[in-house]
Amino acid sequence: MQIVTGHYGSGKTEYAVNLALKLAEERKDVTLADLDIVNPYFRSYEQTKVLEDAGVRVIVTSCGGAADIPALNPAVMSVFQQEKWTGVLDIGGDPIGARVLARFAPQLKPAEFDLLFVLNANRPETNTVETALQYMRGIEAECLQKVTGIVNNTHLCRETTPEEILKGARLAQDLSERTGLPIVHHAVERKFVADVANKLSEPILPMNIYMKKPWEIVFCEEE
Amino acid sequence: MEKELWKGNEAIAEAAIRAGCKYFFGYPITPQNEIPEYLSLHLPQIGGCFLQAESEVAAINMVYGAAGCGERVMTSSSSPGISLKQEGITYMCGAELPAVIVNMMRGGPGLGTIQPAQGDYYQATRGGGNGDYRHLVYAPATIQEAADYVQMAFDVADQYRNPVMILADGMIGQMMEAIEWHQIEKRDLPAKDWATTCTKGERKPNVINSLYIDPNLCAVHNEHLAAKYKAMEENETRWEEVNTEDCEVLFVAYGTPSRITKAAIRLLEKEGIKAGLFRPITLWPFPSKALKKAASQDSVKVVVDFELSMGQMIDDVKIALEGCRPVSFVGKAGGVVPTPVEVASAAKAAIGR
Repeated sequence: MQIVTGHYGSGKTEYAVNLALKLAEERKDVTLADLDIVNPYFRSYEQTKVLEDAGVRVIVTSCGGAADIPALNPAVMSVFQQEKWTGVLDIGGDPIGARVLARFAPQLKPAEFDLLFVLNANRPETNTVETALQYMRGIEAECLQKVTGIVNNTHLCRETTPEEILKGARLAQDLSERTGLPIVHHAVERKFVADVANKLSEPILPMNIYMKKPWEIVFCEEE
Repeated sequence: MEKELWKGNEAIAEAAIRAGCKYFFGYPITPQNEIPEYLSLHLPQIGGCFLQAESEVAAINMVYGAAGCGERVMTSSSSPGISLKQEGITYMCGAELPAVIVNMMRGGPGLGTIQPAQGDYYQATRGGGNGDYRHLVYAPATIQEAADYVQMAFDVADQYRNPVMILADGMIGQMMEAIEWHQIEKRDLPAKDWATTCTKGERKPNVINSLYIDPNLCAVHNEHLAAKYKAMEENETRWEEVNTEDCEVLFVAYGTPSRITKAAIRLLEKEGIKAGLFRPITLWPFPSKALKKAASQDSVKVVVDFELSMGQMIDDVKIALEGCRPVSFVGKAGGVVPTPVEVASAAKAAIGR
């Protein structure tokens, strides 16, 4: 079970979608549960077709995800009950959003999940070790679990450069030193992987961009 | 300055603080909740006050009070909440009180949806309240523009002693973009000697009111307001033109549809059709003269109005054009956003291709 948390704008949804697709390459029975009850826009369930085509089962919160109401789809419980499934849980983007996890505290067995903190050094509220750590502790306090790993997902949407990714890597490394938590991934847009690969010692998750704004489809195709 | 990644709503809230806004009164509604959320954390840190009112009606009247005290104040809401604020807005225009009001539009009518829409164009530009009043309406299309125009809106409000509205659709509020913080151009602003601040026994108390019992005085007041609105029309009208020179199709769009239009223009270009975009930045005052000029080029066959509504701005487009070019419409209401392909197809149909 991979539980994905982070500040909204950290790109945790993009990471969750890419992670589920990566896992689906290796094994069957991957489920992605979109448990964001905070934000109604730019949600992982919007990629249901891409995910299902890759064999990923998608669970959405109530009203098909189109509302930000604090009600969960009972199907979420199935992720915890079927031990053979690999679950990716996409959690809402702040400590309040992470509170939804507390509901599943009785089902969460520490040995069976990773709680990942997605970090973007370009987000003003998590751009230093101190503020990132404070944010991470806020999420832990609300969801009643401890973060087990850090994901560097530093980007500037379509203005990302390799330098930005490396800047984020330094922040993630500082946070890792401070907390003793491992860097699980540097989430790197596929076109930048070659630029940064030899400068990073931790694993890289090459990312395809799925969470596009309505006009970006045209411009991304051109690129 | 280094670029940062900001969510539209957050950037609007931070821009308000940078513009010297110390007070915010509002009531939660999606898709603008990050504005009050951000200000509830950050306003107390600068000695300001965030207050969640019991309703939108209460909130706008608190804005009236704070503005009357000469303080910089903001409220924000989304469509149904802005409907509730209409009475307060006409009272503020009548009493000449500066403030910034943000409407992050969602699908309507009534409660509608929480997805992006532009169905409040009439309400924003014609006024949902009573009487002959006007206020500026800025329509940002990027997060950078939202951050810049919110800061400017506070100055413009003070300059004219009038509320200013930021009108954006939910997409602008919810999406993330890289921005940098700019110092906006300084304006010479009049002293707020009308504010109901402490007299210290040195002058008569100021009175702020929109009540003029004597009809002759009320008529004079209306003349005064009309002159002010005319000055806004002359000095504050803004727009952007992209690729309009010698274009065959002239799109008119604001906010999110203007971004989609830019993508549609690229698609049309690949098919050998030259299309341009006329983007009003102020919806009131509407840039009528500039639009007529762009549309009057010999090359322009058709003007295509694109909105996230069933067609509201199209009235202003037709008024501006005075019948000089045919106008066709593409759009959807209720929270569904057309794709660049759909918009390009509508343009092709309009020129018979």
